[in-house]
Amino acid sequence: MKSLGNVRRSFTPWADGSAKPYIAFENVTKRFGDFTAVDNLTMHVYEREFFSLLGPSGCGKTTLLRMLAGFEEPTSGDIFLDGQPLKGVPPHKRPVNMMFQSYALFPHLTVADNIAFGLKQEGMEKGAVAERVDQMLKLVKLEQFAKRKPHQLSGGQRQRVALARSVAKRPKLLLLDEPLGALDKKLREETQFELMDLQEQLGLTFMIVTHDQEEAMTMSDRIAVMDAGIVVQTGTPGEIYEAPNTRYVADFIGNVNMFEGRITAIENGLAEMDATDGFGIRAIAQEGFKAGQHAWFAIRPEKVDVTRDKPDQDRNAVQGEVWDIAYLGGLTVFNVRLDSGAVIKATVLNSERAVEDPIGYEERVWLSFDPDCGILLER
Amino acid sequence: MNLFRRLTILIPYLWLLVLFLLPFLIVFRISLSEPVLAMPPYAPQFDLGEGWAAFRESLSQLSFANYVWLTEDALYRNAYFSSLRIALVSTFLTLLIGFPLAYGMARASEELRPILLMLVILPFWTSFLIRVYAWIGILKPEGLLNQFLMSLGLISEPLTILNTDTAVYIGIVYSYLPFMVLPIYATLEKMDYSLIEAAQDLGCTALGAFWKVTARLALPGVLAGCLLVFIPAVGEFVIPDLLGGSDTLMIGKTLWTEFFNNRDWPVASAVAIILLILLVVPIVLFQNAQARAQETGS
Repeated sequence: MKSLGNVRRSFTPWADGSAKPYIAFENVTKRFGDFTAVDNLTMHVYEREFFSLLGPSGCGKTTLLRMLAGFEEPTSGDIFLDGQPLKGVPPHKRPVNMMFQSYALFPHLTVADNIAFGLKQEGMEKGAVAERVDQMLKLVKLEQFAKRKPHQLSGGQRQRVALARSVAKRPKLLLLDEPLGALDKKLREETQFELMDLQEQLGLTFMIVTHDQEEAMTMSDRIAVMDAGIVVQTGTPGEIYEAPNTRYVADFIGNVNMFEGRITAIENGLAEMDATDGFGIRAIAQEGFKAGQHAWFAIRPEKVDVTRDKPDQDRNAVQGEVWDIAYLGGLTVFNVRLDSGAVIKATVLNSERAVEDPIGYEERVWLSFDPDCGILLER
Repeated sequence: MNLFRRLTILIPYLWLLVLFLLPFLIVFRISLSEPVLAMPPYAPQFDLGEGWAAFRESLSQLSFANYVWLTEDALYRNAYFSSLRIALVSTFLTLLIGFPLAYGMARASEELRPILLMLVILPFWTSFLIRVYAWIGILKPEGLLNQFLMSLGLISEPLTILNTDTAVYIGIVYSYLPFMVLPIYATLEKMDYSLIEAAQDLGCTALGAFWKVTARLALPGVLAGCLLVFIPAVGEFVIPDLLGGSDTLMIGKTLWTEFFNNRDWPVASAVAIILLILLVVPIVLFQNAQARAQETGS
C-alpha cells in the first residue's frame, strides 16, 4: 500500500490487527431528549496516540469526550478504557484528566494551587506536591507566575496553566476540549507544537476535540471526522486529505473541486466519467464502482495544472476563463470559470521569482490533471 | 468642567452630611444631655443668642452619665446580648434556608430563572408590616398552622408559638430571606459550572467539589447576605413587638420604650449610639470583604 502523507516515526498501531485498543467505544449512543448526539458509534483509539475528533459544532465530538471523562453516561453501548468498562465509574475515579475549553481554572486559587489541586486530592505528600508543581511550571514555562491568580494572566498563560493542571496527575489519557480555541493564530500555531512535544515527552494518549481542520492535521496521528453523531471517516491526516471517503470529508478538510457525472465505462482499473461540466474525466476506479453509476470526482486545487496551451490529452482537460487571482506569496490561487459556469480553484506554486508574461485576468486557460490526482466518490 | 465634576462628587457627600452625619451628631448630643420635664425633654439647650459664656456653660453640662448608666443597668446589657443572639441565630437559619434556595435558582433552566427571581422579590410588593401581621394569623393558637397540624393529627393541643422567641425567629427568617437569597444567587449564577466538573475531574467527589469550589466561590455572596440580614435584625423592632412575647428582649424594643414610654430621650439616644457602634464592626468587615472580592474579580 502506498503511504499517504507522513506518519510520526511509523507509529501505526491501528494497522496492526493484534494491537489492543486503549479506548474502545462499542455501539455507543447518547441521546439528550429527542436529540441524538452520538449515534451507535464504534471507534478504537490506541495507547500513545494523538487522536483528534474533528467536526462542526453539534456533531457529538464534545459529548464523546465528556462520556470518557464521566460527565455523561451513554444511553446505550459501552466504553472501555484499557480493557475496563467505564460504565458507572464516577469522574473522580477515572484515570483520565480533561483540559476544559474554558480552562475552568479556579479563580480563588493561585497558579501553583490550581496545579496542586488534583495532587492534594490524591492525598499526595506535601513535599512531593511542591516538587511536582515546580516540574509542571517548568514544563509550561510559567515558573515566575506560580503566585499569580488566574485573572492576572494572559489567555495564553491561562491555557498553559490549564494544561499543566490536567497533566499534573500523570493521567494515562488526556482529554482536550478545543484547547487552543481561545488563542490567537500565532500563539495557536506555537502551542500546537508544544502540545505535540509534551505528548511525546510524557508518553500520554491524547484525545482532542477541535473544529479547526488545520489544527487536527498538524497534531494528530489519526483524525476521526464526525458529522451528526457518527464518525464519517477515521484515518491519518494524509488519508483523510488524499483519500476522503465522502464529499463531506473532502469538503470539510481543505479546499476541493468537485465534478459530478456518470461513469460510462471501467477499463483496466480506470473509470471514464462524463462530467456535467461538459468534459471527460478519467480517474482511478476503486473497488465497488460500476459503469453507469452516478459519482463525484474530487480533486484538490494544488493538483490542477493551469496552462495557456491545450494539454496533450483528451480527457481530464477543460477550458475556462480566469475569474480571480489571489497571490499569496508562496502560492497563487486561480479561480477559473468553466463554460458551464462552475468555478474551479487551482493553486500554483510560485517556484520562480519573476515570471515573464504571467497568466492574467479574463484569459482563456486550460485546466488539466492526471488520472491518479483526484478521487472518485460515491456519495 | 472641573468645577462641575467637583460639584457632582459633592452631591453624595452632601447627602451623607445632611441625612446621616447631622442627625447622628444631634442624637449624639442628646445622648450627652439630661432628661427634663420640658419640651424638648432634655437639657441643656444651646442658645447662641445668649453669648459665648452661656454656650460654654451649657457645653460643660454635657456628660457621659447616660453611657455609664447603660453599663450599670443589666437590662440594657441583656437587651444587647439578646438582640445579638437572636440576630445571629436568625442569620444562621436564614443562610440554612437561603443557600439551597439560591443554589436551586442558579441551577434552574435559563427560562425558569427570571420567574424564580420574581417569586423571591414578590413579597416586597406587600407592606412589610402587613406581612408580619399575617404571621400572627398563622401562628396564633387557633391560627392556620395549629389548625393544619391538628387536622393531620400530629398534635392534639395547639402549640404556643406566637409571643415566643420562636415566632421572632420565624418572622425574621421570613422577612429577611430575600436579602440572603439575592446576593448568594448573584454569585452562584455567574459561576462557571465547568469549575465543578474540573474539580471532579481532578479527584473530588461531588460533595468535595461543592465545598472546595461552589461554597468557596459563593463566599462573598454568603458574607453579603449574612450582613444584610444580621445588621437590620439586631435593631429589629416591629417583628419582636408583634410576634415576640413580653420576655423577648431586643434592643429595638428597649429603645422604643425609653423614647416613647419613658420619654427619656437622652438614654434612648445613648442606646442608639451604642447599637450603631456595635454594628459598625460588621459593616467594616463587609466592606473589606467586598473590596477583596472586587480585587480578585470573583
